[in-house]
Amino acid sequence: MNVVVLGATKGIGRALARRFAERGDRVFLLGRDPAELDRSAHDIEIRANSKAPIGFAHCDLADPDTFGPALAASASALSQVDTVVVTAGDFATQPALEADLARTRHLLTVNFTNTVLFCEEVRAQLFGRGGTLCVFSSVAGDRGRKPVILYGAAKAGLAHYLEGLDHKYRAKGLRVVCVKPGFVKTSMTTGLKPPPFAGEADGVAADVVRAIDRGQPVVYSPRIWQAVMLVIRSLPRFVMRRIEF
Amino acid sequence: MTEPQLSGWGRVPVPGQELRSEDLARLTSDAVLTRGLGRSYGDSSLPPASRPVVVATPLADRILSFDDATGVLRAEAGYSLESLYHDFLARGWFTPVTPGTQFVTLGGMVAADVHGKNHHVDGTIGRHVRSLRLRVASGAIVECSRTQEPDLFRATIGGMGLTGHILEVELQLVRVPSPWIWGEMMRVANIDEYLDALKASAAHWPFTMGWIDCLSTGPAMGRGVLQRGRWATPAEAPREFPRALIRVPVPVVCPSWVMGHTVGKIFNEGYYRWNRTTPARVVHPAKFFYPLDALVHWNRLYGRRGFTQYQCVLPEAAGRAAVKQLLELLTQQGAASFLCVIKDCGEQGEGLLSFPLTGTSIALDLPVRDNTQSVVDRLNEFVISQGGRIYLAKDSFTRAEHFRAMEPRLDEWLAIRRKWDPTGKLRSAQSVRLFGDPA
Repeated sequence: MNVVVLGATKGIGRALARRFAERGDRVFLLGRDPAELDRSAHDIEIRANSKAPIGFAHCDLADPDTFGPALAASASALSQVDTVVVTAGDFATQPALEADLARTRHLLTVNFTNTVLFCEEVRAQLFGRGGTLCVFSSVAGDRGRKPVILYGAAKAGLAHYLEGLDHKYRAKGLRVVCVKPGFVKTSMTTGLKPPPFAGEADGVAADVVRAIDRGQPVVYSPRIWQAVMLVIRSLPRFVMRRIEF
Repeated sequence: MTEPQLSGWGRVPVPGQELRSEDLARLTSDAVLTRGLGRSYGDSSLPPASRPVVVATPLADRILSFDDATGVLRAEAGYSLESLYHDFLARGWFTPVTPGTQFVTLGGMVAADVHGKNHHVDGTIGRHVRSLRLRVASGAIVECSRTQEPDLFRATIGGMGLTGHILEVELQLVRVPSPWIWGEMMRVANIDEYLDALKASAAHWPFTMGWIDCLSTGPAMGRGVLQRGRWATPAEAPREFPRALIRVPVPVVCPSWVMGHTVGKIFNEGYYRWNRTTPARVVHPAKFFYPLDALVHWNRLYGRRGFTQYQCVLPEAAGRAAVKQLLELLTQQGAASFLCVIKDCGEQGEGLLSFPLTGTSIALDLPVRDNTQSVVDRLNEFVISQGGRIYLAKDSFTRAEHFRAMEPRLDEWLAIRRKWDPTGKLRSAQSVRLFGDPA
């Protein structure tokens, strides 16, 4: 399988790229910082004991002009792209976003508008004859909740878009995998108090690889979060107004 | 909201919080301390009260280079032994020295200058470190080795992260003939027999260590099980790679009687009876090196108040009488422990605060009780009288004056540290306790 990972230098994207390469998939890395991409590519080459160098290209979710060239570079390096994974995204806490409209605009743009634009380009440019598109939404998108109103709104919109894609294009060979990670101990969440059931990046990566192989349309990870969110979604509003979760 | 707390493996918390990032260079620019996976038992990876934030390295885990011809590995400080086992053992390479858990990072291994079952042959990890990249107190990033800033290098090996934030480690791996261990068990009836067997084994086996029952007294005092091994040859080893072992978590913090005297007695009796002398055979490497890793969160067994590990080394010159006296002292203090591990150590390493010295190392887990401080004090007084010392990576109770009395190399280490950190910026809860750093 040939896989492109956007957000491959850090967190779950890093863990995913390693897992794909270690089992023999060919990977191509996309990210913002060429020096970091180079370091990560080298790390993966050594871990996977790969003879061929791992390719990479600049791609920034904040700048849609980078999407086309990045995807073209991926396609020419891998000749055929089977899977595209998007783990990149922006994060800030609800209080930080409420205090700064520009910050909010940036987060909403990156996590919703530009991520959707990226997916549309992938669909049009790479997946004319099918493929697997795996995109990271979040459990934060499952319900409007006090600590993640704005972040969650963007992730909810993204999940909605991915569901629509799945309905329309699955018969045509496009498989969509929407990942909803719960709390994962990465640099995105550092400094926040981890709730019970917090996961590690590599464990989430293992779940995601399995979901991609199966073409599972929605996957929660760590899996316990599926049950947690089932409860949260069913709570009445008067309860949601009171709790801080 | 409750104040966030942080603890070492012994689960005795202080106010504090970890900051994690892939980008260590950015995180460490203003930090006072860096930790790895938090497997040191005491307060060495805990922050001072006034600066309750510790940088954690586990996300900075990239391999930077590896030379298949020479086995030289360079990686970011958060690269773990668990990853090294996964990435390199099947290719015929392994770490030259491993502690008793694989949940440690390269940076943490260097900071504590860890040793393993092969210390009598291969020394500590420091001997196999070629070079280190540090962020020192001034903010500068410095490469150090035996030829470049050698003082900083010696002070950093075993320096508990107090000379600079370790960013990258260059380590010489060793070739192994197979991923399996060829090993055997020996049941021994008392401490004299145990120490004899340990010494005799050291001449022929690269890996030796063992468990003794320090709850038994009289003629059976120090009865135990000695384990020895070496890497299996390709002819001895099974053809397949050792399968990943199943790990079972301890789900909850246990009540304190779980690791109390009665259960300890029963456990030790059972363990002694269960482990008979066996002829040499193939042993799973993870079972051999990391038996306790199969029990995830085993530190929860020790209850709400947590535990400490007392590990000291008694010099060869003190003789086996000293080892026996220490065991008697333990019994007297009512501190005889569930798990007691004895191993012989080889020569002292080059790290200025490196723990091992030629002699016998004794390690025991002590549940924290009201009298723990006085037990540790008594043990330390005895260890000082014998010319021994304790292991900082395990410690959280030793008094500053006791440590000073154990450590003739301390002034040299402090002087080098002061040169690189004149204002005393880098510090830990342990350095506040032991070296008088500002809290």
